[in-house]
Amino acid sequence: MTRHEMLEASLQKRYGNRVAAVQGGPGTRGAREAAERNAAKGLKNRGATIKRLMKYVFLEKKRMVVAVICTLLTTGCTLATSYMLRPIINKYIAPVDGSRGDAKGLVGALSIMLLLYMLSAMFMYIQSRLLTRVGQNSLRRMRTDLNDALQKLPIKYYDTHSRGDIMSRFTNDIDNVGQMLSSTIISAFSAVLTLIGTLALMIYTNWILTIVILLLVPLSIFAVAKVSKASAKFFKLQQSSLGALNGYIEESVTGQKVIKVFNHEETAVEEFEILNGKLRENQMKAQFFGGLMGPVSNASNQVVYVGASVVAGLLCVLRGFDIGGMTVFLNYSRQFGRPINELATQMTSVFSALAGAERVFAVMDEQPEPADDPDAYIPNPMKGDVEFSHVYFGYVPEKTVLKDINLYAHPGQKIAFVGSTGAGKTTVTNLLNRFYDISEGTITIDGVDIRHYSLSELRKNIAVVLQDTHLFTGTVMENIRYGRLDATDEEVKQAARSASADSFIRRLPKGYDTMIEGDGANLSQGQRQLLNIARAAVSKAPVLVLDEATSSVDTRTEKHIEKGMDALMKNRTTFVIAHRLSTVRDSNAIMVLEKGEIIERGTHDDLLEQKGRYYELYTGKAELT
Amino acid sequence: MSRYSKYIKKYKVAFILAPIFMLSEVFGEIWLPKLMSLIINNGVANHDIGYILKIGLVMIAAVLLMITGGTLGNYFAAKASVGFSADLREDLYKKVQTFSFANIDDFSTGSLVTRLTNDVQQIALVINMGLKMTLRSPGMMIGGIIMAVSINRSLAVILLVSMPVLIITIALVLKISFPRFQRMQTAVDALNNGVKESLTNVRVIKSFVRDDFEDIKFAEKNDALRQKALDAMNMVIAVMPIMMIIMNLTSVAVVWFGGNQVIDGKMQVGDLTAFITYITQILASLMMFAMIFLQAARSVVSLKRTSEVLDTIPDITETESCDYDRKVMSGSIEFRNVSFIYPKKNERDAETGVAVKREAAGTDGDEVLSDISFKINSGETIGILGSTGCGKTTLVQLIPRLFDVTDGEILVDGKNVKDYSLKNLRDGVSMVLQNNTLFSGTVAENLRWGNEEATDEEVKEAADSAQADGFVSSFKGEYEYMIEQGGSNVSGGQKQRLCIARALLKKPKILILDDSTSAVDTATEGRIREAFATALKDTTKLIIAQRIGSVRDADRIIVMDDGKIVDIGNHKQLMRRCEEYREIYYSQMDADSEAEYAAVQNELKNDKEVSK
Repeated sequence: MTRHEMLEASLQKRYGNRVAAVQGGPGTRGAREAAERNAAKGLKNRGATIKRLMKYVFLEKKRMVVAVICTLLTTGCTLATSYMLRPIINKYIAPVDGSRGDAKGLVGALSIMLLLYMLSAMFMYIQSRLLTRVGQNSLRRMRTDLNDALQKLPIKYYDTHSRGDIMSRFTNDIDNVGQMLSSTIISAFSAVLTLIGTLALMIYTNWILTIVILLLVPLSIFAVAKVSKASAKFFKLQQSSLGALNGYIEESVTGQKVIKVFNHEETAVEEFEILNGKLRENQMKAQFFGGLMGPVSNASNQVVYVGASVVAGLLCVLRGFDIGGMTVFLNYSRQFGRPINELATQMTSVFSALAGAERVFAVMDEQPEPADDPDAYIPNPMKGDVEFSHVYFGYVPEKTVLKDINLYAHPGQKIAFVGSTGAGKTTVTNLLNRFYDISEGTITIDGVDIRHYSLSELRKNIAVVLQDTHLFTGTVMENIRYGRLDATDEEVKQAARSASADSFIRRLPKGYDTMIEGDGANLSQGQRQLLNIARAAVSKAPVLVLDEATSSVDTRTEKHIEKGMDALMKNRTTFVIAHRLSTVRDSNAIMVLEKGEIIERGTHDDLLEQKGRYYELYTGKAELT
Repeated sequence: MSRYSKYIKKYKVAFILAPIFMLSEVFGEIWLPKLMSLIINNGVANHDIGYILKIGLVMIAAVLLMITGGTLGNYFAAKASVGFSADLREDLYKKVQTFSFANIDDFSTGSLVTRLTNDVQQIALVINMGLKMTLRSPGMMIGGIIMAVSINRSLAVILLVSMPVLIITIALVLKISFPRFQRMQTAVDALNNGVKESLTNVRVIKSFVRDDFEDIKFAEKNDALRQKALDAMNMVIAVMPIMMIIMNLTSVAVVWFGGNQVIDGKMQVGDLTAFITYITQILASLMMFAMIFLQAARSVVSLKRTSEVLDTIPDITETESCDYDRKVMSGSIEFRNVSFIYPKKNERDAETGVAVKREAAGTDGDEVLSDISFKINSGETIGILGSTGCGKTTLVQLIPRLFDVTDGEILVDGKNVKDYSLKNLRDGVSMVLQNNTLFSGTVAENLRWGNEEATDEEVKEAADSAQADGFVSSFKGEYEYMIEQGGSNVSGGQKQRLCIARALLKKPKILILDDSTSAVDTATEGRIREAFATALKDTTKLIIAQRIGSVRDADRIIVMDDGKIVDIGNHKQLMRRCEEYREIYYSQMDADSEAEYAAVQNELKNDKEVSK
């Protein structure tokens, strides 16, 4: 194998199965149809989805009814005006009997025509305005429902779905639905009406000509379908080589610094050229066949026009067909293809809207967190007596993550969990505030099974500080107050002081009123963590969970935070999860977790004495991964 | 924009032929109504069936001409747009390869990716459409006007009224609706940011039971979006009815004036019919033109964004004094009064990412390193310690010229780093970056980045030194195991070890590890250090670390604080005389040293017991 072939084979292995998403903008018809076919394939429950979508729309029945009436009127007016040209020409301009035209009559007829045009435009405007409002209202409602559903979903959902995926439901999918709601329904409706109306008028004008047209139209549909099929195939090829190239660009540009350090630029360019060449080849074919749709459909429309012109001319000579009728008919033959084309275009957006709606509804249909029983237990106040008894748990039924966990924490005690990643440390705390429900055993707080608690009361009484510092857009004050919304300014400041955060906050440009933006990019990691601690402090919850709260700050910063942490833990039942063993030394009890089981437990000194796993970890003889 | 003429030149023929062939479509479309009017005026009026059939044949010929021209035009348009975009993409990619770290940071990798993918696609789309439409819609318009005038000059005057009205209306609507759409986009962004935030913070929201509060925040943004969307849409939906009124008024006027002329015998009926068709064509192509214009306007931003990449001057290149044959031989390093300030970043428009004002190269902000001098002999192991943000990473990045010093000079083997070619310098200096990454491909392919010609044994050897051979052997397919993009299917510690192995394969004279073992446990890290001591005896090693244990055995340790060197010395010396070092030491004591201390104590105790 030459070097080039080797690179090619490697690229095929790495990027061969990627497909680029269809980009927005006026794509070729081939592109649209390929997308349409894909979308249609993905639809499982078309009927049910449509029904559900319509429910949103028909929440505004009155507006919809008026809009439908307006559409009927607009289409009626348009059809009427299109036909009026025939009597106008035949009667007033060039009378069939060859007599001189009637200018006065023309004024009258044209006035009626003008009036109809105006009415048609007016109804059209009213209809669009109503529909836009219905569409936007439905979208707002849908977004609200989606957001409400999301807020109620259990953590499990968030752990198993990527953020990008959920985001795209909010943006792309709802956008697609919006497109359909605001324009597609009615334009499809009016296209069908126009089609039927035009056909009726055509038959009325001249049935022989209508037959000629009806014979020619399938011909043009056939030609277009042929080209479209070819273009869909090449379009698919184009999308997969585009996907490969974009994937390559993304990966290599993101890793550009490594490329530089390793003098890898030349190879990168070589690989890029291979992929770019492939794309060039496939794109050329896809663009050509996709673009062919224009001339082909245009020409076949013209064929219909030519056919109609010739046959109409012959009919005039042979069967005394009137010129007014011929003019009107030729206009129809030009327009006849338009509603069909429009319907075809609308189908694409209907399919992508339905696919979008399905993804949105899928979120709404997810099982939400169980609602509280009306007689759910409300602690008053909670003391913080926590007990795990024979607790078993697995994220998926077939894989147990925690086995037979037993432990007891008195109010105010500090319990630590240590162990490797995946040993189940974080899981323990996920169970405490019922982010997940245990499979077997019981967890009780103050002697009451946590499943009997009101869920919101339970969580309000457990404050959590996580490793990733999450802050919200808003002022420092608002961020701390997030822990307890009714906390006074003074209480917030008090909490900040106890978390040793007060001094740095006061040094910020606007003190407590400083805006935090983009998840606190303007603060250091340590400062962000202090705000998180202050937020937990203001909550007054009697139970506290510190999940790797200090593992992303360096040891010197940790020293600074320590005081805040100590103040926070005072008088609270605390569960500490830590990678760094130094932070758990003074716990009342340390649980060493391995593969979901507590293999050792005791105080720091006890455990060192035992010379077991903890001792090994502590002395660096064993690996904490 | 003149920089793009190069791509046009290469596909000159296609760029010229595409619109010309498209004109044949215009020609057909203009000619057909005229032929039709002949059927009415001559054929029907004279009852001449032969004439009608003859004109019919001419019409079919016209259609054939249209389809041939359309196909060829389409072919050349595809060729031009695909060629243009592929070449442009390639040049962009090659350009990015020459970028320095500062250039990359200035653009941000995400933005570079979009520029190479979406922006180029957008440009291709517009070129393709543009080539097909540029002559078409003006052609239709001009052709239509010519035909209309030739049929009936006085009737064509109507166009003088309706065309300006239509143009002004379109312009007005665009002008009013544009800012409204921008406001709508802002509202969309606000909603998306809110959703993103609540998705990121979902655990916090749930723990503090704040979903009601989040719902209220969401409702506000949701309402605002609905309102802004309505403001914008209500403007746009007025366009269609207004256009229709203008077009229909025009045709009513044509029928009125034209009809009267027919009545007076000054015009033929067939001409009137054809005239109406032309008028509709003219106005329709005018609207089409407006649409192309809008689309093109969107691509201007894309063009600007790609131009920016092409126009960027890489700020680190070979200097005049560079000797292309010089290679790093021994690996000694000297810093002489080195100061460093990061290069200035361009201020960018939040929405388009286009630089607001292109700044001349310059520096920005405070000194990150100030007046640093020290010497390292070849083969020495140097540890570098200091709190986050004190300039450790910056310091070592200057050696392989990832950034250039602002002041002072850096010597490798006694020669200024600028006197080496970039390739030879970076071949001699291997650096394991802090946020390192692996690429999709097999383990072996990834490791061979260090040396493409490395044999399987050499690859295995390097992996072994980096303590990676063990876990790689447990992978399915071992060294042929496929690593996913960004190395997402190996653990953090494994990734770091593979990155080290990759760097080792280069057999560098100078090896720099920038906090590269933070996810590796202490015991394994110790074994890596041992392997370094034997396998890389002659290599100069610079190790940045958080943990003191990672560097305490180094020949010398550089302690940094706030861009300055506080002290240089070995562990013992520093413990004795450097307070910052002691502070770091004590803050970490519990984790490593105290355990060690306890272990030592225990051993002593055991010894005593034994001796008893």
